[in-house]
Amino acid sequence: MWYLCVFFHRLLEYRKAEFESLAGLFEGHSGATALEWRLPEDHHPDSPFHFVNLPSEEMARDIAGRSILVKGIYELWGEGRSFEELEEAINSYPDDRKLPYLAPGTTFKITVESFGKAISSRDQSDRFQKLAFIPFKGKVNLRNPGHRFCLMDNDDYGDSNGLPPVLQRRIFFGREVGASDRKILQTYQLKSRKYLGPTAMDAEMAFLMANQAQVKPGKLVYDPFVGTGSILIAAAHFGAMTMGADIDIRVVRDGRGPDCNVWSNFKQYGLPMPISLLRADNNLPPWRSGLKEVFDAIICDPPYGVRAGGRKSGGRKLLKGVIGPYTVPDDKRTDHIPSTAPYSLVECVHDLLDLAAKMLVMGGRLVFFYPVLREEDSPDPTFPEHPCFELITTCEQILSYRYSRVLLTMVKVAPYTEDIELAAKLQHIEFKENHLKWLEDGNLHSAVFSPADIQINGTGEKFSSKPKYRGKYV
Amino acid sequence: MRLLTHNMLSSNIKGVTNGFPLRIEVEKVVEKEVDFNVDFLRNMFAKIEWKALAEASRTMGYSELPDDAESSMLDSDEFLRKFHHALLELHLEEGALVCPETGRKFPVNKGIPNMLLHEDEV
Repeated sequence: MWYLCVFFHRLLEYRKAEFESLAGLFEGHSGATALEWRLPEDHHPDSPFHFVNLPSEEMARDIAGRSILVKGIYELWGEGRSFEELEEAINSYPDDRKLPYLAPGTTFKITVESFGKAISSRDQSDRFQKLAFIPFKGKVNLRNPGHRFCLMDNDDYGDSNGLPPVLQRRIFFGREVGASDRKILQTYQLKSRKYLGPTAMDAEMAFLMANQAQVKPGKLVYDPFVGTGSILIAAAHFGAMTMGADIDIRVVRDGRGPDCNVWSNFKQYGLPMPISLLRADNNLPPWRSGLKEVFDAIICDPPYGVRAGGRKSGGRKLLKGVIGPYTVPDDKRTDHIPSTAPYSLVECVHDLLDLAAKMLVMGGRLVFFYPVLREEDSPDPTFPEHPCFELITTCEQILSYRYSRVLLTMVKVAPYTEDIELAAKLQHIEFKENHLKWLEDGNLHSAVFSPADIQINGTGEKFSSKPKYRGKYV
Repeated sequence: MRLLTHNMLSSNIKGVTNGFPLRIEVEKVVEKEVDFNVDFLRNMFAKIEWKALAEASRTMGYSELPDDAESSMLDSDEFLRKFHHALLELHLEEGALVCPETGRKFPVNKGIPNMLLHEDEV
């Protein structure tokens, strides 16, 4: 059956992706789910209004209740360009679909909304009057109604407010089947969180990532760049068992004291503690060799060197070849703090895909952010590929004039074979031997922070292309 | 560190061929209650190395796990409770994990195993 789906006007590329991931979750289907979508007449593709074909009302309710970007899902009783057209449409909608919700003894509430502008209370009651032809026999209950109805009257709101243009007035009237609970975003908002790092994932995005990963109770979710745990918190909210690793031991072990650390973040929200937190290097993961297919999902925001750079084992000078391998004296081993080297994005993503291919169950999902430069004449970005994974969705979020991050959702469709493992090992050695080359190839930081135009001074010499102050960009 | 984590970790020092299981050096064990989830346990049973778990739990002072286990035992509630307790509720708060081949100690402080390698072990 077709339903009217109304989205929040945010993160446009994430809306259908989240919706379809959740449809898959409730159908018990981990691969890509392609639902049938249709735009209302005269509507811009970025409009918050979409029709979607769903197998059941229960499914619609489940999706809306779990979704972050769905405002509401409605059984459409009628639509039109004017109230006359709307009345005609509602009158011709089948009685057996309407009467059970209008019967005596029921309670109901009607809200009036308009996308892109506010409606005064006088205009609202005006519109209520226009619905008088619908034979409501139940009682109004604004606090806790049995049935909710919504009148959405969308008219031209001008073109200077950054919203998709409206070509023609369109009025929808429908019965609410499900609505999202955005209150969780307030509960989990970062400013209320005790222990934060500079790149903590904001609550809305963390919950979207958990939905892309189809997290549900009893599943094991891993974040190899756990930081302060902001992604795992969303996964734990949806009932998953969580595990996290980080190369920075101060973050993962110490935090800012006994009451302000990763554990306390989970405690703050009454969530079950992570099953495991450890200090480990994604470049040399400490998992035993026979271990595979243990995680149901891997969700992470890899360090891609724009806001925070990644680190891996092996000293900087060592990998540059400046010095020979450093031998730690035996009496210093216990408290020795190993130096680390910068970790290029290409290598980091290679390691992540290899780890995920091995450690995810079949049908498990890998959800992570991948940065792209936004150059005007650049071709469509290419995304990492792996023989074990099918890329299901790519959702862009623009971060600055220069670059954006794309949330990639992949599903494991083929088992991890010995050939794949061998190829990954050879690539690992290549990264190690040609450390500097790979580091320069994937240097996103300089591309993002170099000046916009080449400036010429009086003598015709170029200014140094190195930005002097980058604090405000970080 | 829970024993589930211990069961997944190995010493990955260069040249070490069998770094599993890591020997546990106990300084402080704490017990933390975890919600009981049968599906999760059944799932994990197939993935873990039983002998390493049974031995590790004994090192941690819990000797209720049998030396061998097979999947038919998952039908017993009593077995599941013991398995759950050993796998998820025993915590190594302070101590170390010791590489079986080289004797290198990976310290565990505040419940966090530090698996990072030194420069000459990479």
